[in-house]
Amino acid sequence: MTKIIIDGQEIDVPGEYSLLQACEAAGVEVPRFCFHERLSIAGNCRMCLVEVKGGPPKPVASCAQQVRDQRPGPNGEPPVVITNSPMVKKAREGVMEFLLLNHPLDCPICDQGGECDLQDQAMGYGIDEARTREYRRGVTDKYMGPLVKTQMTRCIHCTRCIRFSAEVAGVDEIGAIGRGEDMEITTYLEKAVTSELSANIIDLCPVGALTSKPYAFNARPWELRKTESIDAMDALGANIRIDSRGAEVLRVLPRVNDDVNEEWISDKTRFVVDGLGRQRLDKPYVRRDGKLKPATWQEAFDAIADRIKTTKPEAMAAIVGDLVSVEPVKALKDLMTSLGVASLDCRQDGAKIGGARASYLFNSTIAGIEEADAILLVGTNPRWEAPLINARIRKTWLRSGLPVARIGAPVDLTYDVRELGEDFSILSGLADGSHDAFQILKDAKRPLLIVGMSALSRPDGAAILAACARLAGATGMIGPEGAEGWCGFNVLHSAAARVGALDIGFLPGAGGRDVAGILDGASKGEVELVWLLGADEIDTAKLGNAFVIYQGSHGDAGAHRADVILPGAAYTEEDGIFVNLEGRVQAANRAVFPPGEARENWKIVRAVSGVLGQPLPYDDLKALRAKLVADVPHLATFDAPAGSPGADAALWGNVGAAGPIGGAPLAYAIDDFYLTNPIARASRTMAECSKLYVKRPLAVAAE
Amino acid sequence: MAWLDRTARSILLADFASAFVLGMRYFFSPKKTINYPFEKGPLSPRFRGEHALRRYANGEERCIACKLCEAICPAQAITIEAEPRDDGSRRTTRYDIDMMKCIYCGFCQEACPVDAIVEGPNFEFAVETREELMYDKDKLLANGDRWEREIAKNLELDAPYR
Repeated sequence: MTKIIIDGQEIDVPGEYSLLQACEAAGVEVPRFCFHERLSIAGNCRMCLVEVKGGPPKPVASCAQQVRDQRPGPNGEPPVVITNSPMVKKAREGVMEFLLLNHPLDCPICDQGGECDLQDQAMGYGIDEARTREYRRGVTDKYMGPLVKTQMTRCIHCTRCIRFSAEVAGVDEIGAIGRGEDMEITTYLEKAVTSELSANIIDLCPVGALTSKPYAFNARPWELRKTESIDAMDALGANIRIDSRGAEVLRVLPRVNDDVNEEWISDKTRFVVDGLGRQRLDKPYVRRDGKLKPATWQEAFDAIADRIKTTKPEAMAAIVGDLVSVEPVKALKDLMTSLGVASLDCRQDGAKIGGARASYLFNSTIAGIEEADAILLVGTNPRWEAPLINARIRKTWLRSGLPVARIGAPVDLTYDVRELGEDFSILSGLADGSHDAFQILKDAKRPLLIVGMSALSRPDGAAILAACARLAGATGMIGPEGAEGWCGFNVLHSAAARVGALDIGFLPGAGGRDVAGILDGASKGEVELVWLLGADEIDTAKLGNAFVIYQGSHGDAGAHRADVILPGAAYTEEDGIFVNLEGRVQAANRAVFPPGEARENWKIVRAVSGVLGQPLPYDDLKALRAKLVADVPHLATFDAPAGSPGADAALWGNVGAAGPIGGAPLAYAIDDFYLTNPIARASRTMAECSKLYVKRPLAVAAE
Repeated sequence: MAWLDRTARSILLADFASAFVLGMRYFFSPKKTINYPFEKGPLSPRFRGEHALRRYANGEERCIACKLCEAICPAQAITIEAEPRDDGSRRTTRYDIDMMKCIYCGFCQEACPVDAIVEGPNFEFAVETREELMYDKDKLLANGDRWEREIAKNLELDAPYR
């Protein structure tokens, strides 16, 4: 720790702090454009100038100077930094005048207006009139894909976007050409930025040079209602802020949570919201004479009650989809249990997970990735399954150059990966130490294993899971129990609802069928009634002649096959709990009301239970959550990961199932990042991205 | 001797005479009333009457959907929706003023960076139904077209004081 005096206030900060960080620690605000906490330091905007006593007789850029480099006073007094002297003010005003020389005065038509750093700081440091009458620079706009709208005349060359794409996103596709006044930010070949995180540069841009294309000219920041919530597009549970106006969600922005998403979100999270307004189920439907006809809630409930009362419990089943929060799953489980139904499943993809909680969690925690010193990826493409986990791995890799190996098909993950092949049978070799990669994991202090749904949903998924657990035990991935203990055994989920549903045990009961069994039974006629709670990723053709109840928000595969449609709320439209892949319980909040006659999902289940004459024992969300916590106590602890389960042999010995591991190559579970769920499939922006990035990969070599 | 004074005044019809003089003075002085609606009083160039959306001389509408008028409106009478027009420029798809909410404070024209929304000199827009007072973009643009000459003149007259 080093002492430093800032504006007459002596504080003690770590020596490696920059002056700007020290100022912030002292509670002094320093204006900045180019500096960003999560990017490297550029020091090119010069807005953060401060006066340093004993230093050079000129203002210094506080973002690029470290506290320990400052010269102490003649008698060993701490170095002195002044941020409010006339010299500092004049210097910053000078910088601001230079920045505004070429910045257009088009704030009224700029989408950044109202949340613009330049606008805000010009209020403090700008002068009211230009002193020059020279021409203003004009720059042609660049093409950066369907998500980012550019207006490059507004650019002030802070290079945040360049640093983000190079450092965080890992795609060197944005850069600057020219010098001085001729400098231009460009994508070189005028092509879209091929990253799942590309739209974060919109948030990073301190001016209106990069703005959101789908949101262009839609609204002003001051008219939006801001709701803090949780994302449901992947299992990460990114913290988001939903901006809505009236009944419409207009945009999604990230919230800072260092343990989960830092301050980034994926493009899917950000731009899927236009799908919330299309293909919506806004009233109940009942199939009559082979056609779905609009109905009242009562008619829909009566149709369901008639069927349920005449169907044996063994012939009924329920499948939970990927986007629902914990509450409706709990309600549906309680309803099905009270009816005696055992065929329940939440694993649409047929992943062989369940059982002990540690065996299906991301035990190391997301932030824990940064402590790892060797990573093995088993059948997973984190870039598509959880882009922010991929960004964390890249961050760790950039910092420490840790070895990363993969079993599975080669995909560019933005960092160097040693390919161990596509044959999963080498897992057994790895687990008993005969493969050379074993030693790397063994020698590492904090080795990490990430096994994906693509591997676990194979027929030999249980054997793969068991081999992974064996490998984790053999390489010391599993340390002592508790918060400090290391556990490098990680399962990477791709569905937001999955961990929560597994936690409350939405799994086949005694004699119950799993998803494959339900579909098999339905096509054979043994299963006569299937309740799909937002489940669209199953093969609906296999549902045979079963009576299908679809409860969900969008008209997708499930709704097309349904006999009764119960319109439910989407994730932005109801309060709910999501458990993310590391077991972190987070609360999502309602931003807007569900459209039309759609209702909160748990209320629908509760209403059906009433019609059946077996009302569930809760009438409001509070009572439901109390029941939830009573049954599953760990859901009461919000916003904390599960913690290391420890090297319990009884736990890890029973993970998965022994069996041969086939050598068949693996197809990744997600074949199109932009179209993984019903909301994304209804979104125009996502369809455009899919067309551009997935269906027609850019022919770079030809250019 | 007050009774003598009173008696003399009443015999000489003094009250009548003074009232007649007063009446005649007003009869011949200039009139304070005007014959509305055939005559109208003078209006200041700053008069804040019925709203209008103006156009540029080439016919392009001025409004750029910056929404500053919507934000400043103390009565929240203005509703704007916007999206990119086909040529990529920022335009309103909806510009509504609820003239029953409007308090004619003039903040909207003060906030407008392009002098698009103005309160013109027209104060005779009484209608028979409430619905007719919900002005939409077409109505406001039509107002602008009709009153452009007067509005431009008023703005020109007021410009030295801004």
